[in-house]
Amino acid sequence: MSAGHEARPAPVGGSLFNATTLVCGVLIAIMASVVVVRLFFGLASVTNLNDGYSWGIWVVGDVFIGSALACGGFSVALLVYIFNRGEYHPLVRPALLGSLFGYTLAGAAITFDLGRWWNFWHIFWPGYFNVNSVMFEVAACITLYILVMWIEFSPVFLEKLGLHDARRKLSKVLFIFIALGIVLPMMHQASLGTMLVVMGDQVSPLWQTPILPLIYLLSAIIMGYGVVLFESCVAASAYRRQIEVPLLNPLAHVLLGVMALYLVARFADLIIRGALPQAFRLNFVALSFWVENLSFVAPFFLIGTAEARRNPARLFLAGIAVMLSGILLRLNGFLIGFDTGPGWSYFPSVPELLVTLGIFAAEVYGYIYITRRFPVLPREDGEALPARG
Amino acid sequence: MVNSRSDATRVEPSRREFLRSIVGAAGAAAAGTVSTTASARDTYQRPPEALGLLYDATLCIGCKACVAACKRANENPPEFSTADELWDTPLDTSGKTFNIIKMYRNGTMATKDAEIDGYAFMKTSCMHCADPSCVSACPVTAMTKDPKTGVVAYDPEACVGCRYCVVACPFGIPKYQYDSPTGKIGKCELCRNRKDKPGSYSACAEVCPTGATLYGRTADLLVEAKRRLALEPGTLTTFPRGRLGDGPDQGYEGHVGKYLQHVYGETEYGGTQVLKLSAVDFEKVGMPYLPPKSSASLSETIQHTLYGWLIMPALVLGGMTAIAWRNVPRDAEAGDEAKKGEDS
Repeated sequence: MSAGHEARPAPVGGSLFNATTLVCGVLIAIMASVVVVRLFFGLASVTNLNDGYSWGIWVVGDVFIGSALACGGFSVALLVYIFNRGEYHPLVRPALLGSLFGYTLAGAAITFDLGRWWNFWHIFWPGYFNVNSVMFEVAACITLYILVMWIEFSPVFLEKLGLHDARRKLSKVLFIFIALGIVLPMMHQASLGTMLVVMGDQVSPLWQTPILPLIYLLSAIIMGYGVVLFESCVAASAYRRQIEVPLLNPLAHVLLGVMALYLVARFADLIIRGALPQAFRLNFVALSFWVENLSFVAPFFLIGTAEARRNPARLFLAGIAVMLSGILLRLNGFLIGFDTGPGWSYFPSVPELLVTLGIFAAEVYGYIYITRRFPVLPREDGEALPARG
Repeated sequence: MVNSRSDATRVEPSRREFLRSIVGAAGAAAAGTVSTTASARDTYQRPPEALGLLYDATLCIGCKACVAACKRANENPPEFSTADELWDTPLDTSGKTFNIIKMYRNGTMATKDAEIDGYAFMKTSCMHCADPSCVSACPVTAMTKDPKTGVVAYDPEACVGCRYCVVACPFGIPKYQYDSPTGKIGKCELCRNRKDKPGSYSACAEVCPTGATLYGRTADLLVEAKRRLALEPGTLTTFPRGRLGDGPDQGYEGHVGKYLQHVYGETEYGGTQVLKLSAVDFEKVGMPYLPPKSSASLSETIQHTLYGWLIMPALVLGGMTAIAWRNVPRDAEAGDEAKKGEDS
């Protein structure tokens, strides 16, 4: 793509007060009030959590799914800096921004869910932390990654503030943080899969396998590219900018390659373990398995040809299908295909859903604020539009 | 911004370099895996002096004295399931009920310990696994297994309330207090903190009138369980009560039950310290089928193979850093994207 050089990032500009940010503000305020009730009256006062399903949408949705959806930064960095595909560089900052918010808010969300949150520091304290615990690896690794991401993203703030000296100094060592920013998510996204292993037969064999770390890692990379497709299309339409099709087309090709790898691993494992017959039972769990996997296969039909990949609507739909499939992989493993014995059921309460919605709103607001005020999105040819969004 | 794109001559060497580093990293990773498969760990077995309970469902009369005694010993409040709220009537264990007796019912419920048209009792409380999932899962060592007694204990001062133990346990034993802003995990700790009188032991076994719940060293309890299984059903034998092999003899003569030839907990997940005998299929009375290999051992084997001594992460990070060092611009000019952008 020849537009690489003019595509240097620039603030989008425009007002921070509009219908979208107003809605976000209201949703964030609602979330805050639910969280206050939870802190004073306990988890039962606002959630439907119970001892059969002790992890609900705050853990599985906000943290496990939220962090996987925030893998855009990691996936694109892998492509640009490790596979040295510099042409994708304009995608780095917007993707990293999405990741930054996704992870930071996932980290914030977990504290609402922790029953004894004031002890949170124990996870990092020698004498308390337990290296055998998959949860320890995930928590420590995610925290470290959030720090690394803020450092990775800090050139944006340094440029904006005109701190060119600090910017230059940072650029000398940035490769270390970029490498860390690739290894850390590889570690904890894999471990998020391993978290299911200790639950044993409570998890349906369709989602319980020793190769869970591989499945979840590949899925996270795939979701990262899916989110980039989705975000690029949404940002382009909201800011009335050009869709970066010349970039997204080959990116989608890379995506299909990783997806093929995932499909082979996923189904070879199901067949070798003899778990596949479970998918042919007449129940909701089997149905959910097929929705997960059919939406995973859908992109091969949606954007299988180079011609189809030039169609923004198809790229957008493929992005959504990939995200949905990854979301379902996690929902299925941790909730839908999780059976802890008869008599238990769980569906998130309205306040629980409002908190998840509030987290999402905070991410959207943060994305709007940063892209309008800081150099993140590639500068449009000509003047940056005073977008009204 | 990226040098290699503007400078075509660099593309090839860097790609070759990249492949070389990938091969190197893969080799190192393989070596790492081989060296760390030493960290593949077997399922833990019970410590030799492990303490536990033997619950014999055929002796249980469902009086629930053990449920009340457990409440008292742990200073737990009553929980109600009836409208009048007169009696402690929990329907399951909870953050404030660590032990209950559940009832199996089928058809006319005419015969005790019959699977068809019968009924049976089953105790629900912590099994004190040899290789507990909750201990492996806990990120902050709030769940611990005593190296000598093997009792699985909980420390609320360490706990962060993540509830991974609740999700991990195959018996659904650790439970959380959702109705409190400072909720704790609640579970049986085999009355490890009972110091109200010398010589006291698990309250449930202490009060059991029929010896259905018997306290002792698990090794001794296993011998006792196997003795019962070897007897002819219907014949007379002596059943010990309270505490096995220690204290006053409280034994009495009773009839041998129609046991299934299975000591539940002998091998499940590497064995548990609470053992159970039943005449009704264990899955039907709420005890899940579990393989002899614990899920904790598999989880920790995966975890330590991938992350043991941080060998693999360090190798991958080394490879990634080397590659990023090549591909990420470091010099001031290239780093200054704004300037570069203006130039083009």
